[in-house]
Amino acid sequence: MSNQACVQVDHVTFQYEEGADKVLKDISLTVNRGEFLAILGHNGSGKSTLAKLLNGLYLPGEGRVVVCGMDTSDENETWNIRQKAGMIFQNPDNQIVATVVREDVAFGLENMGVPHDEMVRRIDAALEAVHMSERAESAPHMLSGGQKQRVAIAGVLAMEPEIIIADESTAMLDPQGRAEVLEVMHRLNREKGMTVIWITHYMEEAADADRIIVISDGTIALEGTPREVFSQVGTMRTLHLDVPHMAALADSLRKDGVPLPEGILTVEEMTQEVCKLLCPSN
Amino acid sequence: MLNNITLGQYYPVDSPIHRLDPRMKIILTLLMIVGVFICQNFSGYILILLFTVAASRLSHVPFKVMMKGLKPLRFILVFTFLLNLFFSTGTELFHVGPVVITREGLRQAIHYSLRLVFLVISTSLMTLTTSPIALSDGLEQLFSPLKVFHFPAHELAMMMSIALRFIPTLMEETDKIMKAQKARGADFESGNLLARAKAMVPLLVPLFVSSFRRAGDLAMAMESRCYHGGEHRTRLRVLKITGNDWLALGIMILLLVLIVLLNIFVPKGLIL
Repeated sequence: MSNQACVQVDHVTFQYEEGADKVLKDISLTVNRGEFLAILGHNGSGKSTLAKLLNGLYLPGEGRVVVCGMDTSDENETWNIRQKAGMIFQNPDNQIVATVVREDVAFGLENMGVPHDEMVRRIDAALEAVHMSERAESAPHMLSGGQKQRVAIAGVLAMEPEIIIADESTAMLDPQGRAEVLEVMHRLNREKGMTVIWITHYMEEAADADRIIVISDGTIALEGTPREVFSQVGTMRTLHLDVPHMAALADSLRKDGVPLPEGILTVEEMTQEVCKLLCPSN
Repeated sequence: MLNNITLGQYYPVDSPIHRLDPRMKIILTLLMIVGVFICQNFSGYILILLFTVAASRLSHVPFKVMMKGLKPLRFILVFTFLLNLFFSTGTELFHVGPVVITREGLRQAIHYSLRLVFLVISTSLMTLTTSPIALSDGLEQLFSPLKVFHFPAHELAMMMSIALRFIPTLMEETDKIMKAQKARGADFESGNLLARAKAMVPLLVPLFVSSFRRAGDLAMAMESRCYHGGEHRTRLRVLKITGNDWLALGIMILLLVLIVLLNIFVPKGLIL
């Protein structure tokens, strides 16, 4: 099961209008079941457009997108695809529909026609999973940004999807809210085997992903594990992307002749390597 | 001001009236309005008064809050009263200079004023005890038989609940834009009415622009959560008619019957 393809993007090209610039140019990628995939890209790189292609909000101009065996251009499958591939958006305010938290979580279920008792069970489970049970009766405008995004995640989770796509879902949050939301997604990925597609322009959020795809100018610029991607400091810079501080530091030290190995991402790793250099006997 | 806004008039306490089904409350209010309109004599009004007092006591809504609904109507009330008092013909009661007060005039003045007062009180009894969301749910279900004639009952209710959801958000945003414009020297307070209305333009334009953006975002979010109209939809909030609802309906019908009986058997103008 673990290596089965969940989403397949096959030579997709997309433009918003006929004759306009192509936002995505002949992109192909595969998302495996149960994986945490981070898609990185600068503003205007096409990463949000890619996200909206993954659950049929947009349809590809050329090529095709297959989600859980269903082609997004097949109109009969549109609602099944959206149930399988849930999506969290950027602005926490603009995706909450109801005036009470638990009713918002119910929204997707109501649309799917889930019977009432089943609905109640799923809502409670979903709110529990994002640690929002005690705020079930709150009004959305009384919640913090991070809490609102967790409600949005619960709303998607209740629909029992196989994939959750988060389209820059932390961009409008404070650091604490960002950490909360990212933590919830990692936990869902770990504990429930949820496939997560995490779209962001914050490098540090991609550090714990299983795999990173860097998108630039509508094409895939880099692909690999966080270590592989972040060690290419020079390439990342030319794509207007930062790398984690320690990777950048290691890179400049290497340039100055310090023999540090590739793939250093955290302070701990850096300390360890520097210690090894200073006292080789240990 | 933004932290604790209550939407509409809703007075959130728990009471037997609050617990009535919103559909039943809408029907009861309509029946009550009919009752107020068919009531022809003063003894009928006493009955309605007794009923209203009993219902408002049962609703745990303070008397003061109930009366607040009448405040905006005070001019219309006075106007109605005076107009009827001075401009009707009939048996003269007394006169002050050229102004003649007739028996019919006085009767009509009191009649119409009471009618207005009871109309407002009975409708605000409904809005005070029913949350706007419950109200829109009730309206949706009451109007749903009209779907056969393509009446957009679900769509209207959905629009109303989204509007309610976004009121606090937009108010926050208005506050933010206002502060931003003030920081750049905008003046919202001084000047005459025209100047102040003009000062609103730099507030309203960004507000509209962002509302449209929000609408686009929300539509996309709703679609990605499988929203495709009212068909085949189930509901989390299920409305249920209980014994209390039937009891309330019974009392209301009894009230209407009594009003009709009083109209027939108590001659007009016995009191007044």
